[in-house]
Amino acid sequence: MMKLDAKIPSGDISEKWTRHKFEMKLVSPANRRKHQIIIVGTGLAGASAAATLGEAGYQVKSIFYHESPRRAHSIAAQGGINAAKNYQNDGDSVFRLFYDTIKGGDFRAREANVHRLAEVSTSIIDQCVAQGVPFAREYGGTLANRSFGGTQVSRTFYARGQTGQQLLLGAYGAMMRQVDAGQVEMLTRREFMDLVVVNGQARGVIVRNLLTGELETHMGSAVVLATGGYSNVYYLSTNAKHSNVSATWRAYKKGALFANPSFMQIHPTCIPVSGDYQSKLTLMSESLRNDGRVWVPKQAGDKRSPTQIPESERDYFLERKYPSFGNLVPRDVASRNAKTVCDEGRGVGNSGEAVYLDFADAIGRLGPQKIAEKYGNLFEIYSNITGEDPYKLPMRIFPAPHYTMGGLWVDYHLMTTIPGLFAIGEANFSDHGANRLGASALMQGLADGYFVLPYTLANYLGNTSLASVSDQADEAKATRRSVAEKIDRILGVKGKTPVTVIHRRLGRVMWNFVGMSRSKEGCQKAIQEIRELREEFWSDCAVPGDANTLNHSIELAGRVADFLEFGELIAKDAETREESCGCHFREEYQTPENEALRNDDAFAHVAAFEYQGEDKEALRHQEALVFENVKPSQRSYK
Amino acid sequence: MTADNKKMKISLKIWRQESPQAAGHFEAYELDDVTPEMSFLEMLDHLNEKLVSEGKTPVYFESDCREGICGTCGLVINGIAHGVGPRKATCQLHMRSFQDGETIHVEPWRAKAFPVIQDLGVDRSAFDRIIAAGGYVSVNTGNAPDGNSLPVGKTTAEQAFDAAACIGCGACVAACKNASASLFVSAKISQYALLPQGQPERARRAGAMVAQMEEEAFGSCTNETECSAVCPKGISFENIVRMNREFLRSQFGSTEIE
Repeated sequence: MMKLDAKIPSGDISEKWTRHKFEMKLVSPANRRKHQIIIVGTGLAGASAAATLGEAGYQVKSIFYHESPRRAHSIAAQGGINAAKNYQNDGDSVFRLFYDTIKGGDFRAREANVHRLAEVSTSIIDQCVAQGVPFAREYGGTLANRSFGGTQVSRTFYARGQTGQQLLLGAYGAMMRQVDAGQVEMLTRREFMDLVVVNGQARGVIVRNLLTGELETHMGSAVVLATGGYSNVYYLSTNAKHSNVSATWRAYKKGALFANPSFMQIHPTCIPVSGDYQSKLTLMSESLRNDGRVWVPKQAGDKRSPTQIPESERDYFLERKYPSFGNLVPRDVASRNAKTVCDEGRGVGNSGEAVYLDFADAIGRLGPQKIAEKYGNLFEIYSNITGEDPYKLPMRIFPAPHYTMGGLWVDYHLMTTIPGLFAIGEANFSDHGANRLGASALMQGLADGYFVLPYTLANYLGNTSLASVSDQADEAKATRRSVAEKIDRILGVKGKTPVTVIHRRLGRVMWNFVGMSRSKEGCQKAIQEIRELREEFWSDCAVPGDANTLNHSIELAGRVADFLEFGELIAKDAETREESCGCHFREEYQTPENEALRNDDAFAHVAAFEYQGEDKEALRHQEALVFENVKPSQRSYK
Repeated sequence: MTADNKKMKISLKIWRQESPQAAGHFEAYELDDVTPEMSFLEMLDHLNEKLVSEGKTPVYFESDCREGICGTCGLVINGIAHGVGPRKATCQLHMRSFQDGETIHVEPWRAKAFPVIQDLGVDRSAFDRIIAAGGYVSVNTGNAPDGNSLPVGKTTAEQAFDAAACIGCGACVAACKNASASLFVSAKISQYALLPQGQPERARRAGAMVAQMEEEAFGSCTNETECSAVCPKGISFENIVRMNREFLRSQFGSTEIE
């Protein structure tokens, strides 16, 4: 069996990264311009990497399916970004952020990566401030902080409820500066179709020009995937409509290992589903849980309006069960408890699939003005969608798929098992274990792009001999041919069922059997049903039009085809991980208090899957996780 | 809350245009099973599913986040950019804002600088070129001092944020009878003109961004404030006033105009 080597540097955890930065190879400024680096995606990770590599002197090609880098889904992140600045003098430190992240991830993340993340977190804030990101400030002019789910310190920096937008616009500005300088070339409206591997090294990509339908080949010294997460395999999620798994999935089919695919975070504070035609779920930042109190009626089936239910008949279940963290327990705990009370028949709203998030106390304590300052835009989003006024009535919220901790397996250098193929941001699996803490996704995306990849990519280039290859290389031509064949195959089906209909059905299967809680039987059922849907897709999908023009239906179909394969890997991973940890809750493995029951003896490892060919079982590899600095314990937020 | 089972009948007149070169026209569609809680784009999704299952070409329109922040969507609905109601992107418009039996006209952004690519989709790359001309602070990764070494007053930070909240959707251009991009450009110029980080490049930035704006096919601002009225983020017209001042400053030297 392949031995997964994470290439973790030796030495004390707090010195690994500093020392390793010295040990790694550099590329001299004069040689950098000889390297063409291909970066796919322009979210926080992709845009920050493109900007930083451009500044360093590399020739960067930035490839993305949006019309502009600023459209990437990082733009929608609301709540904030963590950094171990300890500006609040409340006991925060690099080690505490490291500790909280390992513990929050339920001891399924790699210590060395997480420590490095905590170390560079402080530089990220400095960098973003220097770019003119308008973070929230105190009257004295210093940066403001707030606390976020799963922590007891205030280390989250924010820009109202639009932190992701402001950070992405900062990275986008930095990237556009390099576009102006000629260091970064933007290839807009291009969909990644496949990876070109030459002599075992990632050397290029095949993309489809979405305006003309033309297939293009772009070659380079290395390829970086910054293509985000795959929550849309559940159809309804908080992700943007076009977010997909295709780039990472196609890299997997080219030999990159896919790690922990079943680790999917359900976000507790989303607006509940209202109808059959719903196209997505809208998240509201969990910073709302700082002041909102979560409750349901004590009595099952209580259909009174919330304002009619007296205090004594309300169950503030998070405060009751977790007195020290209360409403600020981590996302997986908050989500699962919401599901439990709804399963008990105590859910609210028309569907009974919602709980209240009530601001009456906070409005009484702080006044509506102060609440508007903190959460104004979130309240606006809510009333816009539901037609209800959250200043008067409690919000109704329910968990929804939001973020995927799983992704391409990468070593300490963020390189996949294909040399020269890197994965950064949500596209990789590395830092969040089985559950991500709030405000840590933005931190990781920017850490990878600004401060990690620029070093580790140079190390790869400095250590590797790269033969010169052209876009006419046999491997490039063959890959391009197979891409064209796949498009023809999709167009050749000429069936009756729109791909969106099949996608919606896949989503229901995924949510029912490999969603918030899983069982062996459910996983097997999911695999069965996904196979049937896949068959239906390839015999009856309706994809109108032809390939040589702007044809949005082809894009949708290609992505759904990949989700239909990928969903099965999620179910397989969920089935084979016979424990509960973080987001992954197996009904068979729980404590008497219904908390996740880990099995560290058998499952303190990363599960990384290797593609074996069409319709063949993927091979499951393990990377053992060693905890030298934080002793695994049962998480307790009581 | 709206009634769950209420169905609405909607007549649509949608702009169809096969390619940038082709002539466009309005095409009529009827839907009789629209629900009030559907978003406007979900109604179009629904129409497209019907068209696809009938073997017809779906209507091309752009959208992504569907929560009013990515700036991808943008339709002129019954003559109003992003449709009726203040401070919302097209994706935040719901069918409860329409009457049962209503006829709705749906068009793309109309502006020379935003050529139609297909049906309701347009090319807004002019905005990227304006940002590339100077819409940033020139600071390389790794050069930054400690975040708290540069205090920014709370009010200034808030004002800068208000300008920075622009989502780059282009509704301001679509609503303007001159198809001016002034609100978009001024929002970025204002963000950095207000913040201390923006000072070293303040004049160069204003000059370069305005010059690029004029190179693109946008029209001039004639102070009608239609732009602010349709802006999903409520970007204030004051920013245009500030931009004009910043531009003058950049042309005459900072000491002459304050």
